Amino acid sequence: MSASTSVPRERVARRYRQPSYARRLWRDIRINRHVYIMLLPVVAYYLIFHYGPIYGVQIAFKAFSPTRGFLGSPWVGFDYFKDFFNSYYFGRLLKNTLLLSLYELLFAFPAAVVLALLLNEVRRSSFKRLVQTVTYLPHFISIVIISGMLIDFLSRDGLVNQLLTWTGREPAAFLSDPAWFRTVYIASGIWQNVGWGSIIYLAAISAIDPTLYEAAKVDGAGRFRQVLNVTIPGILPTVIIMLILQIGSFMAVGTDKILLLYNSSTYETADVIGTYVYRRGILDSDFSYSAAVGLFNSVINFALLILANRLSRRYTETKLW
Amino acid sequence: MGKMTSGERLFQLVNNTLLLILCLVTLYPFLYVLFASLSEADRLVQHRGLLMYPLGFSFQAYELVFNNPMLIRGYLNTLFYVVVGTAFNIFMTALGAYGLSRQSLMLKNPIMMMIVFTMFFGGGLIPTYLLVSELGMLNSRWALIIPSAISTYNLIIMRTAFQGISVHLEEAAKIDGANDYTILFRLILPLSLPVIAVMVLFYGVSHWNSWFTALVYLRDRDLFPLQLVLREILITSSTDAMTTDVQGMDKAGISEVIKYAMIIVSTVPILFLYPFLQKYFVKGVLIGAVKG
Repeated sequence: MSASTSVPRERVARRYRQPSYARRLWRDIRINRHVYIMLLPVVAYYLIFHYGPIYGVQIAFKAFSPTRGFLGSPWVGFDYFKDFFNSYYFGRLLKNTLLLSLYELLFAFPAAVVLALLLNEVRRSSFKRLVQTVTYLPHFISIVIISGMLIDFLSRDGLVNQLLTWTGREPAAFLSDPAWFRTVYIASGIWQNVGWGSIIYLAAISAIDPTLYEAAKVDGAGRFRQVLNVTIPGILPTVIIMLILQIGSFMAVGTDKILLLYNSSTYETADVIGTYVYRRGILDSDFSYSAAVGLFNSVINFALLILANRLSRRYTETKLW
Repeated sequence: MGKMTSGERLFQLVNNTLLLILCLVTLYPFLYVLFASLSEADRLVQHRGLLMYPLGFSFQAYELVFNNPMLIRGYLNTLFYVVVGTAFNIFMTALGAYGLSRQSLMLKNPIMMMIVFTMFFGGGLIPTYLLVSELGMLNSRWALIIPSAISTYNLIIMRTAFQGISVHLEEAAKIDGANDYTILFRLILPLSLPVIAVMVLFYGVSHWNSWFTALVYLRDRDLFPLQLVLREILITSSTDAMTTDVQGMDKAGISEVIKYAMIIVSTVPILFLYPFLQKYFVKGVLIGAVKG
């Protein structure tokens, strides 16, 4: 590489004239035709099932009627967006979506980091493996079953209330009292995913250079100091990447679980943009309006992702792209 | 490891105790469900508080569950979605991962960018629903298989694994006259069994657990996967159909044990596979994590 820089540019260009991009591409396609044939169904899949819906999102700006189709329906501009912003639901949905995401960021996100730190301090590897095996498990159980168990345990007469009355406390209406919804949602989420979430941090910890710990020990650092000054800085880049990704799905709170757990008495705190889109769009066939609501959600989400990435690039040199 | 100071020993003790409690809290709900499912219905209804063992011993709930035609249908449907869907997932993901792991390919980066973009932005539920319905897949099994052919995250994991295979092997195969199909199916895939196992686990579990796509796209109850049947029974509490035959028994109690038995019956396959696949999935998450 360094040798070629010493040769004047024009002479190199004269000797090896680069063919045009189109010619090179054509040659590449001829040589690698089998690879391109393999990629064809993959590209087609992404075009149809991922870019197709992006193209279809235009119905958010059209009075869509299934009989007239995507192209035949008349444009209405931002009418549906205005309707949504002016509706009674807008503030409530936005607040619920943001709060559930924020609580997840505040409680569920650090929980996985903390579990990884605790697990790393376990000396006996058989015990460590046991804890890992047990805590990963709920991640693989379907959300329908998890919700079913929650409904059973948290019902008015369920196990949790039995235990509460047994210890002399008042039973709570966990599933029909809006004040409880967020707690139930976040706590059960931590219960289900904390182990799984810790895997990535454990991996980051195991990648830390052991000599750093030796050096810290020589400097007189105890276990706690080592965690503070070696382990945590060591996993920080991973934590930041995960944080960006988390922020990148800020508006996409787990619609699945909410649909299973909420009911009309908890809409006040449980209804989020995703569940509202499902009700208005799929159940009520209100396609254009709910597509507009969904688009609003995706755009905010995408903007947050870009913002998070930019902030991280500026302040921490860690970035997604 | 050297000697521990008393402070360290205390820390170890607190730490291990915390983790043990976490394990108990994670595991106990499943144990409760297991014990309850085996209990005698009328005794279970009377019982208050934690269960440490089954109250009595009865397979009645399981008999009722296995005599329920809806559940059997759901099981068979889910088996179809898991087997056919996962096979299709692996096939498509392998094609993409192979192509995108070719270093020299000129269109590699543009295609990669096009794919990665879809991880961050999409059309959303409604346009996707309308597309699937335009394609005539509404109320058909294909709606649960084709629109989710590839998970981009899994594609990236598999691509990273393929990139780790030595190019010399491929060059040797090429000299022996192998084309790309032979290289992928006879060389790369057999060499990537651990990552294929991870992919089978991830895709398989997601098909096994999937219910929302079925809720959105399927009307015909004969096509319902297990999870949708479970939803009706666990969430909307309709066990009536199963308890009509039961006579002289506490209906409420019976429908309670039926719920527990259903949870066990639909979780067992995962619990059974889990230990075999566990050693692979941590590896899978790690390969995926390296690339971010």
